[in-house]
Amino acid sequence: MAENGAFHSMVTRRRLLATAGAASLALSKPAWAQTMTDLPLPGGPGARPITNDFPQKGPMILQRTRPPLLETPFEVFDKGVFTPNDQFYVRWHWAMIPTDIDIDKFSLTVHGHVNQTLALSLNDILHGLPSVQLAAVNQCSGNSRGFFQPRVSGGQWANGAMGNALWTGVRLKDVLDKAGVKPGAVQVRFKGLEEPVVSDAPHFMKSLDIDHARDGEVMIAYAMNSEQLPLVNGFPLRLVVPGWYATYWVKMLNDIEVLNQPDTNYWTKVAYTIPDTPHASIKPGETNVKMVPISRMVPRSFVTNLASGQQVKTAAPTMVRGIAFGGDGGVARVDYSLDRGKSWRQAQLGKDEGKYGFRQWQTQLTLSSPGKYSLLTRCTDSNGVAQPDTPNWNPAGFMRNVVESVDVTAV
Amino acid sequence: MFRNLLSAAIFLGVASMPAVARAASPSELKPVKIDLPDSDKMFPAGPGSDAINNNCLACHSADMVLNQPALSKPAWAAEVNKMINNYKAPIAPEDVGPIVEYLTALKGTK
Repeated sequence: MAENGAFHSMVTRRRLLATAGAASLALSKPAWAQTMTDLPLPGGPGARPITNDFPQKGPMILQRTRPPLLETPFEVFDKGVFTPNDQFYVRWHWAMIPTDIDIDKFSLTVHGHVNQTLALSLNDILHGLPSVQLAAVNQCSGNSRGFFQPRVSGGQWANGAMGNALWTGVRLKDVLDKAGVKPGAVQVRFKGLEEPVVSDAPHFMKSLDIDHARDGEVMIAYAMNSEQLPLVNGFPLRLVVPGWYATYWVKMLNDIEVLNQPDTNYWTKVAYTIPDTPHASIKPGETNVKMVPISRMVPRSFVTNLASGQQVKTAAPTMVRGIAFGGDGGVARVDYSLDRGKSWRQAQLGKDEGKYGFRQWQTQLTLSSPGKYSLLTRCTDSNGVAQPDTPNWNPAGFMRNVVESVDVTAV
Repeated sequence: MFRNLLSAAIFLGVASMPAVARAASPSELKPVKIDLPDSDKMFPAGPGSDAINNNCLACHSADMVLNQPALSKPAWAAEVNKMINNYKAPIAPEDVGPIVEYLTALKGTK
């Protein structure tokens, strides 16, 4: 079982101790006080600044300044199923990110194996095509990487490299139809405005198979949670690939190329690959494993209103609440266990905002006698796929979705 | 203060779950011009710190490297070689050894 990491987070303040808890963080941000958080990563280091320095963003856990890697503080997930834009996590590959977007000059090019090359303005996209809306979780392939044991290199995230938004945009299918895909197209490749500092480094690009690209769900979003995207979340346009890891959700999307050959670019073929094994899991040190591109997300669930180390009252009803998501299938059920997985009880599910989004769950339980309890949560998706009770391992730290646990003491 | 009270209420389970309505979205986008913060953090001084500061900070800040767990020397060598081979970091061959040694000394497995 895995520790439900972020709940251990102790927010400390170098100069003001004990007065500010995590909940008041958003309201208190004097420039002279650097707030720190401590992510409970096995073996450490867990100390990270809470930064308020990024434009259009609220308090975020600073994993890297440049290119930005900003993690959502876990308590944000208790506020509701939609993650606020100003605390939605941020992850960039390259440091050359445009910071001045001229919306009149911005253009989305559609080219390659098509009948007609298109250069679409933002006006063409907002007003020339039908708009669609969809709730979907965007989760980094390496979310929770910091909990892998043995530890692996990469962004040392706790559980906050994920978020759920209501995305508004146009169907990729409609854009491709407008250009007219020629027979023989096999993949569609997406590129954004970010560029590497070193000019011969591989520009960030990702591809989807043509049938996936035309499934009517993949979207070019111009709004999240009914507002334009923060720049660091991909303004003005971001690809939305419901149910798939965020590596495919290309930010600042400005180039779509229809390919008549499979994409062999570094980011599609080499990076973001996983072992072709159950749960993408291998033994540490195992070699000669077939690798395949990461794709669909898998179910996860978390407690959001109780943190490990917290005390609850013995023999009194305790409300427990959290979030779950099904990956590429909806949440069918969330179960919890107080006896290390021997028996499970079903939690109540909150409103269904769409099968690709977060779903809130809650239950009321009574801990009959004083002592320590591990509260385990397990999501089962609508395909019958449940979270595994042992953690997966792979060298890139991808696809963690083990059953989570929160340790509380009844007093 | 309000936030603290709200938090307490949530913990007690009496706050209702906020629901987001399927609201309208912007019909026009507004231009955005921002400045992203940078970091002037250097790698701590020590043998090889010049090599790592001179070669690595052009593409990324030091913080994420300093956030890494302890890794073996071969793992650090693999990281540096990934930067060179996959991400085209223009690191002079004579600097590779000192950078790997520096990282292993700073954040090596014991």
